[in-house]
Amino acid sequence: MQPWFIEFAEAIDDGEPIYLACEECGQVGLPPRTVCPECGTRTLEQRSLSETATVTSSTRIFSSIPEFAEETPYTVAIATFDEGVRLTGQLRDADEVALGETVTVDAEERGEDEWLVTFSPTD
Amino acid sequence: MTVQIAGVASTEFGEHPDSSTRELFTDAALDALDDASLSVHDVEELYAGNFIGDLTDDQAHVGAMLADYIGAREAASMRTESACASASSAARSGAQTIEAGDADVALVGGVEMMHASGLGEVTDALANAADNEYENEAGLTFPGIYALMAQAYMDEFDVTQEDLAAVAVKNYENGVSNPIAQRQEETDVESVLESPPVATPLTLQDCCPITDGASAAVLVSEAYADEHGLDTEVSFAGSGQSSDSLALQDRPDIARTRAAERAAEDAYERAGITAGDVDVVELHDCFTIAEILAIESLGFFERGEGARGAVDGETAVDGRIPVNTSGGLLAKGHPVGATGVAQLVEITKQLEGRHPNQVDEPTIGLTHTVGGSGASCVVNVLRTGGV
Repeated sequence: MQPWFIEFAEAIDDGEPIYLACEECGQVGLPPRTVCPECGTRTLEQRSLSETATVTSSTRIFSSIPEFAEETPYTVAIATFDEGVRLTGQLRDADEVALGETVTVDAEERGEDEWLVTFSPTD
Repeated sequence: MTVQIAGVASTEFGEHPDSSTRELFTDAALDALDDASLSVHDVEELYAGNFIGDLTDDQAHVGAMLADYIGAREAASMRTESACASASSAARSGAQTIEAGDADVALVGGVEMMHASGLGEVTDALANAADNEYENEAGLTFPGIYALMAQAYMDEFDVTQEDLAAVAVKNYENGVSNPIAQRQEETDVESVLESPPVATPLTLQDCCPITDGASAAVLVSEAYADEHGLDTEVSFAGSGQSSDSLALQDRPDIARTRAAERAAEDAYERAGITAGDVDVVELHDCFTIAEILAIESLGFFERGEGARGAVDGETAVDGRIPVNTSGGLLAKGHPVGATGVAQLVEITKQLEGRHPNQVDEPTIGLTHTVGGSGASCVVNVLRTGGV
């Protein structure tokens, strides 16, 4: 796992998630970017990201890659934060989640320096 | 300078336990050269798609290996890799080198041996097309990524699982009469829905199979075809390629393939055509939802109306815009690194009037091949008109 992702996941785990925003055009993104893909400038600034997001899509996975094969079935969702960025994570504390539902983001350490983004329903 | 398609061939798609990457590619390459009435020593440039060979075979430097084993050691050779669009990139590169006047004969193709390793190893290798940190490490699989696209699309446009299944029913039916197809049996909507879930809402029959296969095409300059008395009927009319964010999460609309929209626009412009001029299409239906998104990105259907294609018969062999008359990736099979040229082989046969599911006198055909969840896309346009 790449150092930039470990740093990103640890910040989520610490309750201080971050994202990147372009000072020039306002486009948002996630690390480890140097260049804003929208306007091409190098004016990305690190900002604090909310800890809750809205589910944009989800799927229950029944057949998986070896690393997760023993854990099926499980649910993966993409959730959208108020700031505009989206993240992909595994669902915790529920088997299914409805599109539009609010979830809280967290991170789990699966092994040494192996991190996983998770979402849990807020209520 | 017009690029002519002098010969094409695909191996049978399915399982080739007694073959290997170099042997299977050689089979396709020699058949394509025979089809072109050319010798391997006529090949000046070789571009070959291969996606996971360095992981499954422990063998990289695939371009040189394939040039060596087809007997073209003096040719310039290179492996092209754009995940599932690897062979389309090979075809595009071969056409470009001829258009630029750098070569007169280019062999383009691709090969993938996916049964050589276990299912787990292959699934793992294929996952390398996705964003490792943001997607694979979250437990997302390729069917899972397309399932996320499907779920978002179905929610936005009120499309059902039955509508997705209609794509599989059509393509399985087309596969029945294609002698190289891996799946040669029909299915119905109920069977698709009742097949085992892979990643909701996608079931096993919504997904393309794991395939061994190779395809090749011989591209020549018009002048070369003229001088050597080659009987060509199809020309390479134009190509477009574009990229998008590697991870699905970084796209403004996760149920839309913008790289395909850009690649199509570029290819249409270079070929001097519009979407309405296209008569027959081979596109990247790695999953049923992928065909629906593709026919919208290619401009054959308005956004949100792609599901109508298979449901209403508009994409059938005798429909308004025939799609995947070969059976597509769903039935013909998807040897990842070969797929783009496998599509080109099928379209060439359609334009030459020798396809098992022949469309009524097509003059313009296209191939659409997607890398990953849409982070790359190549569209190649072919048309009738040889020397």
